[in-house]
Amino acid sequence: MNHSVEESIRTYIAQNILFRNDGYPYEDSTSFLDNGIVDSINVMELVMFVEETFGIKVKDEEIVPDHFDSVERLSAYVKKKGE
Amino acid sequence: MLVQEFLERSTARTPEKTALVCGNRRLSYAEIDDQANRFAAYLLAHGLQRGDRVAIYLPNGVEAVISLFGALKAGGVFVMLNATTKFDKLITILNDCGAAAIIAGGADTDFYQGLQVAVPSLQIMIHHDQRKSAAEFSEAPGLVDFSAVMAAAVDGKPVLQTIDLDLACLVYTSGSTGDSKGVMCDHSNVDFATGSIITYLGNTADDIVLNCLPLSFDYGLYQLLMVFKFGGTLVLEKGFVFPAVILQQIQRERVTGFPGVPTIFAILTTTDLASYDLSSLRYLTNTAAALPVSHIQALREKFPQAQLFSMYGLTETKRTLYLPPQELGRRPGSVGVAIPGTEVWLEDEDGNRLGAGEIGELVVRGRHVMRGYWNAPEATAARYRPGILPHERVCYTGDLFRRDEEGFYYFVSRKDDIIKSRGEKVSPVELERVLYGIPGVTRAAVIGVPDDMLGEAIKVFVVCSDPALSEKDVLIYCRGHVEDYMVPKYVEFRTELPMTESGKVLKTSLS
Repeated sequence: MNHSVEESIRTYIAQNILFRNDGYPYEDSTSFLDNGIVDSINVMELVMFVEETFGIKVKDEEIVPDHFDSVERLSAYVKKKGE
Repeated sequence: MLVQEFLERSTARTPEKTALVCGNRRLSYAEIDDQANRFAAYLLAHGLQRGDRVAIYLPNGVEAVISLFGALKAGGVFVMLNATTKFDKLITILNDCGAAAIIAGGADTDFYQGLQVAVPSLQIMIHHDQRKSAAEFSEAPGLVDFSAVMAAAVDGKPVLQTIDLDLACLVYTSGSTGDSKGVMCDHSNVDFATGSIITYLGNTADDIVLNCLPLSFDYGLYQLLMVFKFGGTLVLEKGFVFPAVILQQIQRERVTGFPGVPTIFAILTTTDLASYDLSSLRYLTNTAAALPVSHIQALREKFPQAQLFSMYGLTETKRTLYLPPQELGRRPGSVGVAIPGTEVWLEDEDGNRLGAGEIGELVVRGRHVMRGYWNAPEATAARYRPGILPHERVCYTGDLFRRDEEGFYYFVSRKDDIIKSRGEKVSPVELERVLYGIPGVTRAAVIGVPDDMLGEAIKVFVVCSDPALSEKDVLIYCRGHVEDYMVPKYVEFRTELPMTESGKVLKTSLS
């Protein structure tokens, strides 16, 4: 289960933000912001994606780098919210 | 005044004052001035001549600011480039301006070796990336790390070489022909434009401005220049990726001024602001594209204590019009009147001046009318034409406006087909050229379609001989070849496109 959270986030970003067919090309710990992986519109798309996929509600004040700046952080946040 | 004197005079007045806040770093005016002197000394010691172009290819950050003022102190002309510009376009621009120096955050040795081969004018290459030092690029000879430049001993500021008729910067902007053109701005142009904007915004040294717009975009660049001129504090962010982070910064730093574009304000109008103390905000500014009236109302409700300035401009004159905030309630659709010390009027195709209610091209007169396009005399002659007095030039904006009885201007449309998405200019021709590079694409057309969040979203129509080509393939290709803001939102495949008799795609029938 835990593995699939990371995997589905990686797949979503690769296909819908980076537009790649060959998977997510970075480490799970790579910062989205420092590497220009997402912009503000992408972050809003990511929020909608995790809300719909994992059935959680993301508050505006939770949309911060601590939760949304890498695959690792986002999956940890999703898992914590789902507990 | 010279542009580097914005920094030097504020340093002389308030050396210890915080000039720049960037992430966890806080730098005083004296610290920035000292580091810019070091940077200038390095450039001069390595052969930079008066008027040489210095390209700065970095995201928003302390190093970009130091490089900019260092280039000026060395007598150079700075060229800020968007950090998401792809290699081929970067090469084109560097060769267009004949860059003698570049400060870049290249990811690998190939990048720097490629630059050395493709841009013969480059004599100086400086690397900055917090994750990787230049020492890791041993196969790129001559590359030096930014930290090494800062570590060198220097003796005060370099001897002044320039006067205010010399160029301070080139600002590259998209044009309808598809090629980026460098707008030549001399020191007196920048000094005048910053002074005029500071006047109507009423800025003082107490202002703290948060800028999350790229410094490669003149709107973002001028936040830095204006703040250093009036001796305030600039809170510089890499972007508007996390609205909560920006709102926390506004609260923490007691920010008084916040410049945005419609996409940013669209996000803010849907964000819950209740948990933030934003009472320090004195003003918000919008330009690059018109704010929908519904957003203006929402912003006034969400930021009741802040004045909202609707503005209009183009890189060729920096800022052109602004609406005094007290007029916003009466004419929310207007972008106002000429900025202080300048004048504008409307002309028809035959050069006749037009009156209230009539629609015509906006013409601009003032010291903010820049010096033309670098290396592009024909484009310069079309945009900058003879003015009222001998040897004077006025700027023909290419934008159609109307004026009301009381002299306030309203944007109607562009004369060309440039798209404004996220506040950035996108040239359909440039993107179409990229699309033709995809194997199998036989015809391509790019248009802008209305979008609540983006202003205009980019939509591409493609005729393709390869049935296997997918929407995703097109997007992948674009992502690899153009800046992030130019990647289309929609891709539509067609078996054919409507054409005019002269063989051009009839875009007016696409939607």
